[in-house]
Amino acid sequence: MTTKTVDGVAVEVNDEGFFEKPEQWTEAMVPVLCKEEGIDEVTDDHMKVIRFVRNEYETKGTGPTVRALGKTSGVSVKELYQLFPKGPAKIAARVAGIPKPKGCV
Amino acid sequence: MTHRIVILGGGTGGTLTANRLRRIYKKEEASITVVDQDDRHVYQPGLLFVPFGLTHPEDIVRPRSRQLRKGIDYVRSAIDHVDIEAEQVHLTNGDALPYDVLVVATGVDLLPDETEGMTGPGWMSKVFTFYNLEGASALEGALAKFEGGKVVINIVDMPIKCPIAPLEFAFMADWYFHERGIRDDVELTYVTPLDGAFTKPTAAAALGHLLDEKGVHVVTEFNTGEVDGESGRLVSYDGREVPFDLAVMIPIHGGAEYVGRSEGLGDELNFVPTNPATLQSTVKPNVFAIGDATNLPTSKAGSVTHFEGEVLVENIRRFLAGEQMDATYDGHANCFIETGFHKAMLIDFNYDTEPLPGHFPTQVGMPLLKESRLNHLGKLMFQWFYWHSLLPGRDIPGIKPDMPLAGKALSRS
Repeated sequence: MTTKTVDGVAVEVNDEGFFEKPEQWTEAMVPVLCKEEGIDEVTDDHMKVIRFVRNEYETKGTGPTVRALGKTSGVSVKELYQLFPKGPAKIAARVAGIPKPKGCV
Repeated sequence: MTHRIVILGGGTGGTLTANRLRRIYKKEEASITVVDQDDRHVYQPGLLFVPFGLTHPEDIVRPRSRQLRKGIDYVRSAIDHVDIEAEQVHLTNGDALPYDVLVVATGVDLLPDETEGMTGPGWMSKVFTFYNLEGASALEGALAKFEGGKVVINIVDMPIKCPIAPLEFAFMADWYFHERGIRDDVELTYVTPLDGAFTKPTAAAALGHLLDEKGVHVVTEFNTGEVDGESGRLVSYDGREVPFDLAVMIPIHGGAEYVGRSEGLGDELNFVPTNPATLQSTVKPNVFAIGDATNLPTSKAGSVTHFEGEVLVENIRRFLAGEQMDATYDGHANCFIETGFHKAMLIDFNYDTEPLPGHFPTQVGMPLLKESRLNHLGKLMFQWFYWHSLLPGRDIPGIKPDMPLAGKALSRS
């Protein structure tokens, strides 16, 4: 676990860069977090997905998988990969300040 | 009063649940009805052997109805939907079945159409799956004619039934081409969305090593966006490509379609949200689920279903008697991994303990996470246990539902 500063605020992240304390996240951090993932321009579509992921986590306790995102967020899997080329579920979770989505076994 | 118990699905979970329930309830105490759309019960672990000509479809299929004890009603119909508020199952034949307890045991559906191009040109001529009987049989013909080239084994997305079966396929293919004397002309590639050979770290390392030893290339974190059968390539969402002459696909899995048509019964992938320790659904107290149909974070496998059976049936009894649920299912899974050349590995794990080396079930037993001939014999013998012990709802001697720790090398975890 390490502490890093995002948008002037100290936050705790794990080895893979996921927030240890989702409550430390604010929407204002999104542009900085996205930049770290190689996403220079945060569009409305990015925000739509990030808010959705955040809301899923808050209601269900875990972030959605890519397939679940594709079925429920209103953004298709193909578009999700255009928004987050390195893996929508993982990257969206990281920039939404939630833990790594529980994978399947 | 006679309790009305309706079980949807006459596969592993539905059959063993029905048989266990019939043993604890007299006929006047409970009616037990099993619904399935066909009368073909497939011994699914056998599907792995069909493409290599080591078993044949007729050897692994039996009538569903014949696996049920006397006094269990068998209704052959597809399911239109379940009304969990009115507590009724609506069948496509127009009938309605009211229930006091419902057990969802309809497993998963394969969804090859959800991946662009998979069922397009080349489907069943150079793009196959061995995850159903038709696919496994067709693949047998294609493999027999295969004289060399690139073979890919691709898992499109998790979860899938028996997550080790695709690995076993790779091991078996290595052996098969070896026996035919053309192994040097075949390039085997294992393409997975995971970051390693398996979902759990210790086993992933051991299995990854074995793939390496057998000369199987591994491509990880590959999320298949398209199967191009015409020019023979898998294309990932992030634009990577893997070429093939023959593709063995494990299509996307989802819960049964009718679950999606049943208001409030399933999640977005049609799996039933289920309490991991009690097997009671979280959608309604009188709805339970078992096996592949649940959303539980354990492998979708027959051994899991078998271990779930005892807790599930006890909890149905408790529910009908107005007692507290028994929360003791620990996610126990146990799988033989066929590795070719008359050898197999055995892994044993649960929600919290990953597959570890050692012996099963105690220190004097079958080797865990290690190839051996004994494990291969175990795998072959398992088919007998399946029909004669597991489906009738009996325990396998010496093997309890909760995971044994006795023979495991815990320090190496």
